[in-house]
Amino acid sequence: MNKSIVSELEKIVGARNVLSQPEDLVLYEYDGSVEKARPEVVVFPSSTADVVLIVKLAVKHDVPIVGRGAGTGLSGGALARGGGIMLAFGRMNKILEVDFENRRAVVQSGVVNFDLTRAVEHAGFYFAPDPSSQKSCTIGGNVSENSGGPHTLAYGVTSSHVTGLELVLPNGEVQRIGGKLSDPLGYDLCGLLVGSEGTLALVTEIVAKLSKKPEAIKTLLAIFETVDDATETVTELTARAITPAACEMMDGWTLRAIEDYVHAGFPRDCGAVLLIEIEGLAEAVAGQAVAIDEICKLHQAREVRTAKDDKERELLWKGRKTAFGALGRLSPSNYVLDAVIPRSKLPQALRRVLEIGRNCGLQVGNIFHAGDGNLHPLVLFDPRDKEQFEKAVKASEEIVRYCVSIGGALTGEHGVGMEKAELMTLMFSEADFALMRRVHAQFNPTGLLNPGKVFPMGKGCGETRVRTGSMATSMHAGTPAGAPA
Amino acid sequence: MSTTTKVTVATRMEATVGAEFVRTDAGAVAGYVVDGVSPKMIARPENAAQAAEVVRTAMEEKLGVIACGARSAMGVGMPPTDYDVALDMTRLTGIAGYDAGDLTVSVNAGMPLAELTRVLAEHKQFLPLEVPFFEKATIGGAIACGLDSPLRQFYGAPRDFLIGAEFVDGTGAQAKSGGRVVKNVTGYDFHKLLNGSLGTLAVVTRLNFRTYPVPAARRGFLASFADDLGTLKFAKQIAASALTPIVVEMLSPECAGLLFARYAPFASFCAAQSRGEWTLCVGFEGSGEVCERYARELARMAREAAAQNAVAMHDEQFAAMLEILREAPVTMRDAAADAVVMRFAALPSQLGDLLRAVRSFAGSSWMTAPVLARSESVVYMALLPRAGDDTVPKQMEYFWQSVGSLRSKLEFRGSMVFCPAKWKAALNVWEHVDFDLEMERRVKKAFDPNGVLARGRFVGGM
Repeated sequence: MNKSIVSELEKIVGARNVLSQPEDLVLYEYDGSVEKARPEVVVFPSSTADVVLIVKLAVKHDVPIVGRGAGTGLSGGALARGGGIMLAFGRMNKILEVDFENRRAVVQSGVVNFDLTRAVEHAGFYFAPDPSSQKSCTIGGNVSENSGGPHTLAYGVTSSHVTGLELVLPNGEVQRIGGKLSDPLGYDLCGLLVGSEGTLALVTEIVAKLSKKPEAIKTLLAIFETVDDATETVTELTARAITPAACEMMDGWTLRAIEDYVHAGFPRDCGAVLLIEIEGLAEAVAGQAVAIDEICKLHQAREVRTAKDDKERELLWKGRKTAFGALGRLSPSNYVLDAVIPRSKLPQALRRVLEIGRNCGLQVGNIFHAGDGNLHPLVLFDPRDKEQFEKAVKASEEIVRYCVSIGGALTGEHGVGMEKAELMTLMFSEADFALMRRVHAQFNPTGLLNPGKVFPMGKGCGETRVRTGSMATSMHAGTPAGAPA
Repeated sequence: MSTTTKVTVATRMEATVGAEFVRTDAGAVAGYVVDGVSPKMIARPENAAQAAEVVRTAMEEKLGVIACGARSAMGVGMPPTDYDVALDMTRLTGIAGYDAGDLTVSVNAGMPLAELTRVLAEHKQFLPLEVPFFEKATIGGAIACGLDSPLRQFYGAPRDFLIGAEFVDGTGAQAKSGGRVVKNVTGYDFHKLLNGSLGTLAVVTRLNFRTYPVPAARRGFLASFADDLGTLKFAKQIAASALTPIVVEMLSPECAGLLFARYAPFASFCAAQSRGEWTLCVGFEGSGEVCERYARELARMAREAAAQNAVAMHDEQFAAMLEILREAPVTMRDAAADAVVMRFAALPSQLGDLLRAVRSFAGSSWMTAPVLARSESVVYMALLPRAGDDTVPKQMEYFWQSVGSLRSKLEFRGSMVFCPAKWKAALNVWEHVDFDLEMERRVKKAFDPNGVLARGRFVGGM
């Protein structure tokens, strides 16, 4: 690491807000994915002005930059694949304005997702995107990856809840796009920037939509003997045009692991459950609950339970949202996949996922957003066992390829990041990449910003390739994380 | 374009789309005029590959292309600076894929919106895209024009249900974004950029949408109030309640008079004009029980807000009201020769101030100015000139400049949706889209590096 860069960074944000010792940096070489790449320095800006100075410094020294929220991402989007400077937004965590009348909040990008809901819930509002990591992930990270969550079935992913952004471009220029108004009247730049995975600009401020809490919420737990019965129920709910606010599925194996960990009251002897939530006016919720109960029973649901109070409801959701942690008790590591399929193909897709797991000799758990066809197979493996790691990666890739082959998509909410960059060719043609590269070049012409993400490395674009970084003394790019050393 | 070039280009176009689908004669060309500017030729491709080849030829020959569908809203935007080829997309019709069980549909850009609606209705589904020119418009044109739908109150704008697109960029390359699944964050969301871009970024060839189930019932409620404050109060009461209506539209007295004149059941609201009353139109949907609750609560809230007149609508009446509201911007345009229709994006908290300010500017111009406020966030306002008044152009200019004086006090954006071509030399229809266009220009440059597509029609001359 070039020491002069570190000292210049210390001048900008203070020495205590710069980390450059290997023992500190090791914490930042991970996110929630199985990827790994170590930055050379981590810096914690506290304002947009700090970000501008840091970016200008990086440009001066031709050093890669990557933004990072809480590091809970699941695709390696916030890893320093090109080494260089990591901007960790944790100190930019202020809610700058809450405007109930216009249903907007203006927040810095390091504000934790759930903290915004906490700040507005007294007035009957909340921030709708609800990733499982919502108690730790940041809204800036949600914007970069266009994150989802269980309730995006009804309310859409992050891009549906953002109307304005403050950006720092890779040349240090500050730009504002959109605002509190709900109509862009011009190109929908927020639509482009949200989900661009930090490859076009660094997001420093966000104008977020606030949603009104529904009058009534009912949470149902439908218990099935087989996975097929559960998936066929979801297909029929969709076909009958019943649209709950959330419709999550957990298979029996995963459920037992969760129950041991959370004690949420999940059955330990079933094949699968659906956790279905309906929201709205009391009359509408009551009517939908009857229809859902009917369809579940038509597909041999053993029982359809209704959470009797908020406490029970919260416990069921706690079980769902801490599932990944629960599985950590069973295996040293797990690989959480994210792919989407057309909802009508859910039964066949689940059968295929389980078959792929069996063929590889690995345990695959399934806990996912069934209502919108967003699969999250969890492949369990031991990263110390090279052969097992390779099998896990192979199984994961086979599952994703299968999902795309039946009309699905590579990612429903985790983003492409490092993890799926090479698989982008499954969905996009050379002409598609050519346009993406031209857009990328307009915003990030030097490629310094978040290199090695979204675009496949083999696609021959100098700007979008991983840069070797002129300051680098040790590079970690391309090392498959979770792989044995 | 020289005569020799014209012949060469026409020959290349004929080789691409077939001789019978290229026209250069004055009679045919006259139907494709945009703001008084005629193209040199019309090309009607049959598929996306042909459309791409037409754009590629235009790029190589340094020609300007404007893609069009049913040509119902060709006057939206500024006059083109270069317009050589009209790319008529109406042969790209039909549904490319409809997965009713998945609630997704993939449609070719030239398919009429009304036809798509009929196909979806057979499966008890719909697209919440109730936009003007509904019976005539193509789906590609509707998205490119960015006109909005009364249903946005609940279902949002097209960005919320457009899940993917295929298109031809300005280099003549066929590209795509998104897909056909309802949740997808793979790659850059280019399809969102196409909404309202007036064909300046790409020629849309196919669009993928999430569809929605037709509800058991859809009904409405109308209430009139002594003034704008009454309607605003009622709208805010609804917003603060547990109700989530699908339509909330506020009509000025002149607007109610204009829109409801054609529909007898709303005659009493038409008469609200003479009494100077404002009207709030509310739509809601769901089971019979849900609709009854809406009707009950709306009646109570209307009473509390001192409504002068209130009426609940059954399904058929609501359908009629939705159609009236859907076509409102066109009805306003057609209400007088040389009418101008403006559209403002506004903040709910400033809606009252904005309405009063623009109406006071209009009042000083002696022109009738019907106003419709949609979902507390979009305002359509028309200026209807009196026949034979030769001061109208100056009045329009003065009005449009006066709107600029509000920008220091209120957060809004304003454009003219419809404006007679003859006035566009003096009036910039995009005048009040007040953001830095640096980022927009970058996007335009990436999509259309040679400026082939709809040059000059969009914000900032893009």
